[in-house]
Amino acid sequence: MNDQSFLKINGLKKHFGDKRVLDGIDLRVARSAVTTIIGKSGTGKSVLLKCIAGLLAPDTGEIELDGHKIVSGSQSKKSKTVRFSYMFQNNALFDSMTAAENVALPLLESSNQSKSEIQTRVMEILEQLELADSAQRYPGELSGGMKKRVALARALITNPQIVLFDEPTTGLDPERKFGVFEMIADYRERFDFTALLVSHDIPEVFEISDYVAWLDQGTIKFFGKSSEVTTDADSELAEFLDKANFKYEKKIRTN
Amino acid sequence: MIRATGHLALMIIHELGEISVFGGSALSRFLMQRHRLAKLVSAIHEIGVRCFAIVAIVGLFTGLVMGLQLYYTLVKFGAESALGTAVALSLIRELGPVLTALMIVGQAGSALASELGIQRNDEQIDALQTMSIDPLGYLVGPRLLAALICFPMLTAVFDLIGIFGGYVTGCLLLNVDSGIYWNRVFESVGWFDVQGGLIKSFVFGLVTIMICAYRGFNTHRKASFPGVRGVSESATRAVVWSSVMVLALDYLITSFLL
Repeated sequence: MNDQSFLKINGLKKHFGDKRVLDGIDLRVARSAVTTIIGKSGTGKSVLLKCIAGLLAPDTGEIELDGHKIVSGSQSKKSKTVRFSYMFQNNALFDSMTAAENVALPLLESSNQSKSEIQTRVMEILEQLELADSAQRYPGELSGGMKKRVALARALITNPQIVLFDEPTTGLDPERKFGVFEMIADYRERFDFTALLVSHDIPEVFEISDYVAWLDQGTIKFFGKSSEVTTDADSELAEFLDKANFKYEKKIRTN
Repeated sequence: MIRATGHLALMIIHELGEISVFGGSALSRFLMQRHRLAKLVSAIHEIGVRCFAIVAIVGLFTGLVMGLQLYYTLVKFGAESALGTAVALSLIRELGPVLTALMIVGQAGSALASELGIQRNDEQIDALQTMSIDPLGYLVGPRLLAALICFPMLTAVFDLIGIFGGYVTGCLLLNVDSGIYWNRVFESVGWFDVQGGLIKSFVFGLVTIMICAYRGFNTHRKASFPGVRGVSESATRAVVWSSVMVLALDYLITSFLL
């Protein structure tokens, strides 16, 4: 694992009632890389992201972001030095605001920039994401892919150092899924942020991932470079990947 | 039986405590927000302007019915000249604050609970948190403050239109002398009566909007079902509990004031 870890998670545990969802997570996320967490549904991938974002308090464990402890036991505090963003599975856009207003919201409410500066910045990012024509449209008037891009624009407007993506391709057709992954890879390079993704889209997500972590039964059972997934896979991971049509897909792509 | 009653009482006290802390936090965190005036104006529009028409209509018909009912009661005792007093005092002291609060709860309170419930289910509240925006101060605070401003104002509108309604039935339809009607209204209504009505509307505003916001904001914790059914349950419970609280508090405040 990379010593230049931007995000360090040590012994993170979380349970809901009798169910232990996270049972001692240890994970290192490298700076300026794309790390993807894969795993079966209900294994706690989104719970892990929410614990990192401070939306859920873990039972025990520690999370460090760029050397600053942001979670210790059940106490969490937002890092004042590290800018981070979260892209939600269902985008979480405000229906009563236009695309431009949605994107401007984080800056309007938490930056010292003037309204004209914010407006310029919003238009810049909307143009970069090919959304300038839809700036004044409401989320209800946008397609699924456009909503994703608006959510991404809102996540990127604050120039985050780390972006957490919770299943960013949910509900999209295969073509659009690929488009969203390309978009993430492209903007990660352009904006140079660290990306932590949760995804079910195997093997498509490996194309843009530098590292892959397999979460199973509350712990990280595999962590490595995405290129190592096939060769280094232990039997359980191989079984999981097999069920996820990994080999089948790989064969098709090789042909 | 005793254990169940005690358990219920403890639950109610716990819930009331949570609601009070929720409301207090929302108001204090609103003071930390940016663009407070814009948010407050928008919330006043949401509660005040949107509820104006319904409050005016209900006020008018309440006044019309009261004029009719009280006239036929008073005329039996030859005291129809006291119509102005009876209409004005019952509206200003009791019916105005109570019916206005119930109307606003039905219109704005239910909308607030549903909106917050949907925002909770759609992770919009979580999204605010990840953007370093305090959801309580941003979403609930301005609505609570707006309620404190709008409830007394709408109650005053209800009272005035209701008294006019009493004049329409009493004087224009049933031939009570209009000079006597208005004279009795001005003579009998004192500052104490107006003050009592305003205190009630102020308290109703705070409590009802706090309950509605609390139920919507905590849909994920409080509703028995997830998703749309949870939101509808939150909205229904918000309206029911707010209405019950309006009537209970009305009795309590009246017994203190009299």
